[in-house]
Amino acid sequence: MTFNGYGVWAIYRFEMARALRTLWQSVVTPVITTALYFVVFGGAIGGRMQAVDGVAYGAFIVPGLIMLSLFTQSIFNASFGIYFPKFTGTIYEILSAPVSSLEVVIAYVGAAATKSAVLGLIILATAALFVPLQVLHPVMMLAMLVLISVTFSLFGFIIGIWAGSFEQLNFIPMLIVTPLTFLGGSFYSIDMLPEGWRTVALFNPVVYLISGFRWTFYGAGDVAIGISVAATLGFFALCLGVVMWMFKTGYRLKA
Amino acid sequence: MPVIEIQGLTKTYPSGLQALKRVDLTIDRGEIFALLGPNGAGKTTLISIICGIVNASTGTVVADGHDIRKDFRAARMKIGLVPQELTTDAFETVLATVTFSRGLFGRPGNPALVEQILKDLSLWDKRDAKIMTLSGGMKRRVMIAKALSHEPDILFLDEPTAGVDVELRRDMWAMVRKLRERGVTIILTTHYIEEAEEMADRVGVILKGELILVEEKTALMKKLGKKTLTLNLVEPLTTLPADLADWDLRLSPDGGELEYSFDANAEDTGVPALIRRLDRLEIGFKDLNTRQSSLEDIFVSLVHRDGEAA
Repeated sequence: MTFNGYGVWAIYRFEMARALRTLWQSVVTPVITTALYFVVFGGAIGGRMQAVDGVAYGAFIVPGLIMLSLFTQSIFNASFGIYFPKFTGTIYEILSAPVSSLEVVIAYVGAAATKSAVLGLIILATAALFVPLQVLHPVMMLAMLVLISVTFSLFGFIIGIWAGSFEQLNFIPMLIVTPLTFLGGSFYSIDMLPEGWRTVALFNPVVYLISGFRWTFYGAGDVAIGISVAATLGFFALCLGVVMWMFKTGYRLKA
Repeated sequence: MPVIEIQGLTKTYPSGLQALKRVDLTIDRGEIFALLGPNGAGKTTLISIICGIVNASTGTVVADGHDIRKDFRAARMKIGLVPQELTTDAFETVLATVTFSRGLFGRPGNPALVEQILKDLSLWDKRDAKIMTLSGGMKRRVMIAKALSHEPDILFLDEPTAGVDVELRRDMWAMVRKLRERGVTIILTTHYIEEAEEMADRVGVILKGELILVEEKTALMKKLGKKTLTLNLVEPLTTLPADLADWDLRLSPDGGELEYSFDANAEDTGVPALIRRLDRLEIGFKDLNTRQSSLEDIFVSLVHRDGEAA
């Protein structure tokens, strides 16, 4: 046997079943949260805001809000998925099973990414109810959606393995990812920032991701699409590298 | 024919704790091997290394001809593990978790087999129950069902009967014998000697990370076995006569019984001479019996002896 497909499928299904069991928490909560953003920023405030780059403000924030959900949900799903077995001790079974580290990653990250990609599409559909939407490059949009779901699920997987407590599990999403996303142009174009701050903003990796995703909707972003794609792939490669290293060394998994 | 070959296995944890000093061990196909030792002796570490949960510091393990590191897939597919702790997914159903285990170990779905395993373990009625609603004994059964779901040739039972009631213990022993009839090799750790004595073909005693003894159970009991001769006296004695000082004798508090401990394997057990001497002293006895010491006695004496050597 060179690839334990049954094993990957078993973990993947287990993780998906967990999401269905906690449907309320997995899908309904993020959708309601995002809908609130649309009501407040799109409906109430958006009407008084001028269009950004020729796009109505309500529509302008849609890609950023989807990204915000993708980031947080991917990280949450993947980190919790691997942290919980570590916490309860059921990880023993995964460690003693004939599954390679790559297969474990494919299964957990695949399940987490599937959940957040589906969620992203649900949020997109929700958004369409509130604001007029257009997607200029649908194929690129889907590709970015999947790539970013996978990348942040990998990132979440790393956090889940690293975390030694539930507090640490929440630390990075709450204290790093959410601020970077808010400051990364979810709600504005970084061109709206003063010159100095614009330069600072370019050090925020999230800017490139949101910009790229917005480009697939409206054909315009804060940075060139090529740079966005390169940044996304770079982050993906970095996360993949860290995960492979963790499994190779048994970091925080095996004594 | 060996099914597990362990060579030069050591484990030092990052904390500096030397859990295994150097273990060499061969387990034969189809046998029941009991690994005996006090808490913290290294039993679980040894099992965890073979099953892939802990990395060894040095040494090799070959399971059914497959190196557990280089050829981990083939090795692990052959191995089932029932860990000591009751770690299960609380929200899963019994059927789902056992089906999951089978898939995880690389086997295609086989509902009929899973049904049979659950029935054998009296879990079939509980198949749709969430695991968290089950009693401790039932959870233990679930863990066994999970370990058997991929039809392993080698089964590790880490303290299988710790905290388990008598009924389940009997069931478990019956199950182990049934598995052995099918050719499954079973390695169990325990600190209940009774269990090893009841079940095992061979016994290994592990102490402070070293396998200090591996022996056929019967040979071990014979080799290290002491026997005790008890004589029920006709007339109680108040003191031991000086003429009997050559024997290691104990008098019961009421003076009605005389006990003599002897090495059953010695050239001269001293028993015939004792009987002759008693006869000459005109100390009569109504009855006599000899008792073979249990594994427990053997174990205690081994641990004790090692303590003295250290």
